[in-house]
Amino acid sequence: MDEILDGLTQIDCDILIIGGGTAGPMAALKAKRKNPEANVVLLDKANVKRSGAISMGMDGLNNSVIPGYATPEQYTKEITIANDGICDQAAVYRYAQECYGIIQELDSFGIRFQKDQNGEYDVKKVHHIGTYVLPMPNGDTVKKALYRQLRKARINIINRFMATRLLTGEGRVAGAICVNTRSAEFLVVRAKAVIMGLGAAGRLGLPTSGYLYGTYENASNSGEGYAMAYHAGAGLANLECYQINPLIKDYNGPACAYVAGPMGGYTANAQGERFIECDYWSGQMMQEFYDELQGGKGPVYLKLNHLAEETVAEIERVLHIVERPTRGHFHEGRGTDYRKQMIEMHISEIGFCSGHSASGVFVDEHARTTIPGLYAAGDMANVPHNYMLGAFTNGAFAGMDAAVFIADVDHANFDMGEVDAERTRVLAPTKRDDGIPPNQIEYKTRRLVNDYLQPPKVTAKMELAQKRFEEVRDDMESGMFVRDAHELMRALEASTILDCAEMAAAASMYRTESRWGLYHNRVEYERDDENWFCHTILTKGEDGKPAHKKQDVKPYVVEIAEDEKDAYANQRVGSSSSVAAE
Amino acid sequence: MPLAQTATTVPVVVNDDLCIADKGCTVCVDVCPLDVLRIVEKEDGKKTAYMKYDECWYCMPCEADCPTDAVTVNLPYLLK
Ligand SMILES: Cc1cc2nc3c(=O)[nH]c(=O)nc-3n(C[C@H](O)[C@H](O)[C@H](O)COP(=O)(O)OP(=O)(O)OC[C@H]3O[C@@H](n4cnc5c(N)ncnc54)[C@H](O)[C@@H]3O)c2cc1C
Ligand code: SF4
Ligand code: SF4
Repeated sequence: MDEILDGLTQIDCDILIIGGGTAGPMAALKAKRKNPEANVVLLDKANVKRSGAISMGMDGLNNSVIPGYATPEQYTKEITIANDGICDQAAVYRYAQECYGIIQELDSFGIRFQKDQNGEYDVKKVHHIGTYVLPMPNGDTVKKALYRQLRKARINIINRFMATRLLTGEGRVAGAICVNTRSAEFLVVRAKAVIMGLGAAGRLGLPTSGYLYGTYENASNSGEGYAMAYHAGAGLANLECYQINPLIKDYNGPACAYVAGPMGGYTANAQGERFIECDYWSGQMMQEFYDELQGGKGPVYLKLNHLAEETVAEIERVLHIVERPTRGHFHEGRGTDYRKQMIEMHISEIGFCSGHSASGVFVDEHARTTIPGLYAAGDMANVPHNYMLGAFTNGAFAGMDAAVFIADVDHANFDMGEVDAERTRVLAPTKRDDGIPPNQIEYKTRRLVNDYLQPPKVTAKMELAQKRFEEVRDDMESGMFVRDAHELMRALEASTILDCAEMAAAASMYRTESRWGLYHNRVEYERDDENWFCHTILTKGEDGKPAHKKQDVKPYVVEIAEDEKDAYANQRVGSSSSVAAE
Repeated sequence: MPLAQTATTVPVVVNDDLCIADKGCTVCVDVCPLDVLRIVEKEDGKKTAYMKYDECWYCMPCEADCPTDAVTVNLPYLLK
């Protein structure tokens, strides 16, 4: 294993789904159900059995819209406000209308959701205004249950192939180029439609621990979805709206207010005082968190030590076995106990992710990107705050639409020269006798991201970043060196990460205002609705560098009253007259 | 630019008395999302799984899915 082999195979399918984490499997199931004759291939860099953010399970649905608790209109309004107004509501509204059906479907797969004594879903309030969090008592079964369905539906699964570039031709998508992560052999997949579900760009910033893989996101999500869309010419929206999360310091997993909040836990400063009204993650909330860390009242903590023993035991039961089960080991190693101490928190490295913020490949309410036949869903598609249920639901939309799209088209022709060029690019680090290993290229890129791109954003620093990234790119292109196929996978990831870093800098420079709280806090500029109440769309320009344009926010489906617009702007305890979290 | 041999301690440990890689098991290698585990032949000719690359998300499928409980996931030293 890991020896570099020379090989190239080509296969044909109707629908290629890249990424078998959360959105991908649901897209595959829906496409196959809609068109049972279709040849559906689900391809993953890891093993679909245990891949993606939900590898070990999930604690709950963060954004469910359940009749009796919330309406699609309320949810659409809340997410629009939480995302500072920059939202094409059609996609959020369609999600809000149809996600309940997906919950019932997941239920039928054997994934249980918490119910009260009357057998009704036991939804919890965490958001600023509405009630949307639904716990999953057997959340550890989610991946296994999905996998069973994939086998039953006879989806063709290809593991351990990393997609590196999309193929296009005749003005639409034509397939993808993939590399085996254990042998470096190439697989060219021709497809009539391609659905991307490659997750967040989770290895963009460097965690404070310095450990490259100690990220919030599953570290196999290095951002190829973003880079592939970019190189294929698709539009990417609002990349400057970074993902930054409040996490357990060093461990870098969720704290997790969504579990502990409804049971009475909260985020506190060093004095044990609550300073934010609402623990739901938003840019505005992160700004308050940052201010507290900087302002002398930090560090910031997760406070549970005021709770009754049985409550703490229940929180432990959830947090220590499902989503990030090593969390118990971590606290044990540190000698911290929720009953006795508060738990130190910190802010995460930056990333791109629409699951938690709004930086993603531009899609409409059918999960269509700007390239015909190419879809995106989940963390990498720009439906704001779409989390796990958004990945499932938008993945379903993509699968259903793609099944219709392929009925009328044949495979698009593409230029074989693109495959040759990609082979040359990919294999370059294997052709040298020595040089710079990928981990050093990656470390340097990510350290520069932290130094110069992390908010508060400063123009001069971002310009320095751009200059330094170019130097790293020269080093990478002329001198990166790998010894086996595994290292080659890391080399390809390093190049993706550099692409994403350059996009992050360019997008942040373009929007000359501040918006989304900490996510795009540009210290030299105030918020500017007159000029910047719009999406920014980044594409690959003629010169091979990022190009930008403004795009209007589509007219709202659900109107928002003037006095509701700023509900998320007043997060600090005591600052607002708006609704408190609990 | 020759490469150095800098040592690093790895977070995942396999108890090779319990590991049944010899009987063909590769479960932990198969499930790891970061693909950092491999099977190696020991001096006594028997096979065992081990962590080959220090690139771990401390997520735990390797430990959870091992049929003989041979795998222990510790926190990487840098963030422990
Ligand atoms: C620690 C953590 C806790 C969370 N907790 C919650 C929660 O409690 N509730 C909630 O609603 N949401 C939660 N979320 C968010 C939610 O899990 C995600 O939004 C959702 O799972 C994203 O799904 P996805 O399909 O976009 O990505 P993923 O499920 O991560 O799948 C991406 C897939 O792409 C594959 N891939 C990556 N690159 C390539 C490539 N080049 N070629 C081929 N395949 C590739 C990966 O291997 C992976 O399988 C959490 C996220 C994290 C990280
Ligand atoms: S899963 Fe367990 S028994 Fe199987 S190879 Fe890995 S360590 Fe050995
Ligand atoms: S903890 Fe996760 S990343 Fe680390 S070896 Fe096990 S499966 Fe792989």
